[in-house]
Amino acid sequence: MRNVWTIARREIRLYFASPIAYIVGLLIFLITGIYFVLTIYLAGQAAYTTGSTTAPGPDLVIGLMVFLFLFAVPALSMRLMADEHRNGTLELLLTAPIHEWELVIGKWLGSFLFVFLIIIVAFIYPIVLNSLVTPGIDQGLMMANYLAITLVAAAFLAIGTAISAFFNNQFAAFFATLAVLFFLWVVIGWPAVVMQGSGGIFNYLSMSTHFSSMQSGTVALSDLVYYLSLTALGLFLGTVAVEVRRWK
Amino acid sequence: MIRTTGLTKDYGSRRAIENLTFEANQGEVVGFLGPNGAGKTTTMRILAGYMPPTLGTAQIAGFDVVEESIEVRRRVGYLPETVPLYSDMTVFDYLKFMADLRHLPNAEEMVDNALELVQMEQRADGYIGNLSKGMRQRIGLAQALLHKPEVLILDEPTIGLDPAQVVEVRNIIRDIGKERTVLLSTHILSEAQQLCDRVLIINKGRIVAEDTPENLQARLVGADRSILRIKGDAEELVPQIAKINGVQDIKIRPDGAIEFQFAPGMDIRPEVAKTVVQSGYDLLELSPVGLSLEEIFLELTRDGASTK
Repeated sequence: MRNVWTIARREIRLYFASPIAYIVGLLIFLITGIYFVLTIYLAGQAAYTTGSTTAPGPDLVIGLMVFLFLFAVPALSMRLMADEHRNGTLELLLTAPIHEWELVIGKWLGSFLFVFLIIIVAFIYPIVLNSLVTPGIDQGLMMANYLAITLVAAAFLAIGTAISAFFNNQFAAFFATLAVLFFLWVVIGWPAVVMQGSGGIFNYLSMSTHFSSMQSGTVALSDLVYYLSLTALGLFLGTVAVEVRRWK
Repeated sequence: MIRTTGLTKDYGSRRAIENLTFEANQGEVVGFLGPNGAGKTTTMRILAGYMPPTLGTAQIAGFDVVEESIEVRRRVGYLPETVPLYSDMTVFDYLKFMADLRHLPNAEEMVDNALELVQMEQRADGYIGNLSKGMRQRIGLAQALLHKPEVLILDEPTIGLDPAQVVEVRNIIRDIGKERTVLLSTHILSEAQQLCDRVLIINKGRIVAEDTPENLQARLVGADRSILRIKGDAEELVPQIAKINGVQDIKIRPDGAIEFQFAPGMDIRPEVAKTVVQSGYDLLELSPVGLSLEEIFLELTRDGASTK
């Protein structure tokens, strides 16, 4: 575990020293911030003009933020392993007394902690919202939403780390990750729409189905299992990719 | 310390090394000498635990490089040929990172020691990206020495260094080689000659010769070939030397010295010396000629050539 933390610590430091992390963070908060302010403003207008009493819920920015993660995560994960290949530093890491899985999990953990920081900063939205609506926001719903986005981020990043391990070129890793995430988020659910009753398996495989159900406030064990296994699968495949490269 | 048996590595259908069997003991500096693409880096990567061999086994300090890879890596300091470093880190942070991966108890002190050894203390806070090639090479060496490894594997350790740094690095290696095992690769023959207790000449993935630098020289041409330098006209002396029993193949070299061979086991140098003096010449030099390591190397790595 100590090696995992050593690797992760270096990654986090690297994020804070790299422009891409700041750009990603800035864009996420710029877009979600504008959306947040506009929604609140429009809800206020509606309450004033039509007497509507429905206020925005604590899930307000989470849906948008997950959508932004679809693009942000590939940008954050693309260089994790690909850069080590390209610079030859992988040779250094793999001749140090650490296991491949420690390397892969450390890389993932570093990126996850960075994204987790973004999620924590995003708590500012429900806090502000809480002061604007009476009788305050539904805190259970809020926690379900933040748990959902944290799990999604973990799974996204594990997939990104694994794909990065297959590439030497970080931009190739970016597009491959984007494609895989888009597939798992959107495309894989399509058969379920067409097949209606019998398409349950595709609904289960779709990342967005699990997210939607958690976002509405129900945290089912199957959702937790789904995201955690997807994360584990990503980390496992990343480790395999490193091992395969070693044997080649 | 290092023991390999029948080490073979294929990259796809290309065989990089074939059936390498050798040993390196504690307190020994062993040189890997060969042209580019001979399989030096492949062998070193296998020994450092970076990749497994296709066939054969290798052990370091009694641990198998595949089965007990982590134990091997704990005991090996490795400087890869490309000297991979993180250019976005400072020298100190980088070495501290590597020290942490090795769980060194007093990491910062070890980093300082390693930096002192390669004389880079004053650049500890500089970014690696701003360092010159020679400095990067020294940081790579510091990384390999960090944990005071039992076995040091250095792939082309002096490449890219200026002459003064080459001397420094060689001194460091020689010091370490007194107590530990050093395996280094080079294609600089004089380096192998100066540093190594034993040289393995490798060509096209095979060991073509293995011996001390001195013996390698002796083996190819040996002490039965001598050079004679005198004051005066060498041509007049040649017939008299040729008369001595056992002298063969006598000739005058372009630089005016007389070179001759004598039958194996017959050291006739005393007679030669007497003849020179009795003929009224002053003897300046009478010494054996060995091929230089350069010549041996070319001889051994020539297409199809092999000795042993």
